[in-house]
Amino acid sequence: MGVKNIVIIPAYNEEENIAGVVLGIKKVVPDADIVVVNDGGQDRTGEIARKSGGQVISLPFNMGYGVALQTGFKYALRRGYEYAVQMDADGQHDPRDILSLLQAVKSGEADVAIGSRFLEGNSYRIPALRRLGMFIFSFLASVFTGQRITDPTSGYQALNRRGLMFYASDYYPVDFPDADVIIMLHRAGLKVKEVPVTMHSSTTGRSMHSGLKPLYYIFKMFLSIFVTLLRKNTVKADMF
Amino acid sequence: MPLRQKIFALVVGISVFLFILEMVRRKKLREEYSWLWLLTGMGIIVLAVWYDLLLFVSHFIGAVVPTTTLFIFSLVFLLLISLQFSVKISSLADQNKKLAQELAILRHEMEEMQSEHLVD
Repeated sequence: MGVKNIVIIPAYNEEENIAGVVLGIKKVVPDADIVVVNDGGQDRTGEIARKSGGQVISLPFNMGYGVALQTGFKYALRRGYEYAVQMDADGQHDPRDILSLLQAVKSGEADVAIGSRFLEGNSYRIPALRRLGMFIFSFLASVFTGQRITDPTSGYQALNRRGLMFYASDYYPVDFPDADVIIMLHRAGLKVKEVPVTMHSSTTGRSMHSGLKPLYYIFKMFLSIFVTLLRKNTVKADMF
Repeated sequence: MPLRQKIFALVVGISVFLFILEMVRRKKLREEYSWLWLLTGMGIIVLAVWYDLLLFVSHFIGAVVPTTTLFIFSLVFLLLISLQFSVKISSLADQNKKLAQELAILRHEMEEMQSEHLVD
């Protein structure tokens, strides 16, 4: 038995997309385990994911994307997986990129590899206002990490065990993990690397950025980055 | 301060104080949340009995009428109490998150063990 890999997919009411996502991953990495974290949805996501060949962890009630994701990290850590990939359940992420993401962490280049849709001039269409928000936060992330970050909102990432340990810890902000996480990683001494990936526009068109959420998101991100910078750099000493 | 006002303030203060004590005694209110409320009741009693203190404090913070002082302090107390709640809710939410995650993982492991058992 070689090194164990796991793909973690947080899913909330994704019965239409989840089978395609799981099967797509199986085609690319047949030996990896796939775990779908069912975030207290009301539909048949869990059942379909299990039939498609994934393992299913069900949260007792809806707790949001970040909590579901972290559940997967905790599980992966507990089960001793060496490498983990996190992926969205809505089919936006092309499973073929798993290999290049995993390659970046397996080679030791990075503890966390982040799939960026903007490296290599990907033609991904985004509304102007959101583009502005992304621009600001990728700028801040770039400044505070001292390296070019183009897509801090990306939920398509690969991690090694060090990355897993950080993501499973209490430092991980479970409401909108984003640019602040990248800055925290950097300050904790973990290596981050962006890898170009393909993302499709969401098939269902349902986004977690709707209603008043963008405003809260912007507020939260500024506050989180600000207090992250105010904190003493104790994370490293605590964990590693 | 007119006697009528004084008596009313005293009655309110003592009632609040006793009510909180009774809640703690019946274990309806935990000690850790009672102290700010008890302090509030105590404050009302002290200010009702000791009018000069109220005048002194009013003068000190620059309030023109003593009632303003009372209002300001009651607001500050309410603010502190709700802040205490916010802090507590944050930590409860965090504990709730951990419990939910732990429960989900354990349930998954249990199902796994059960299905392995069926195969054997």
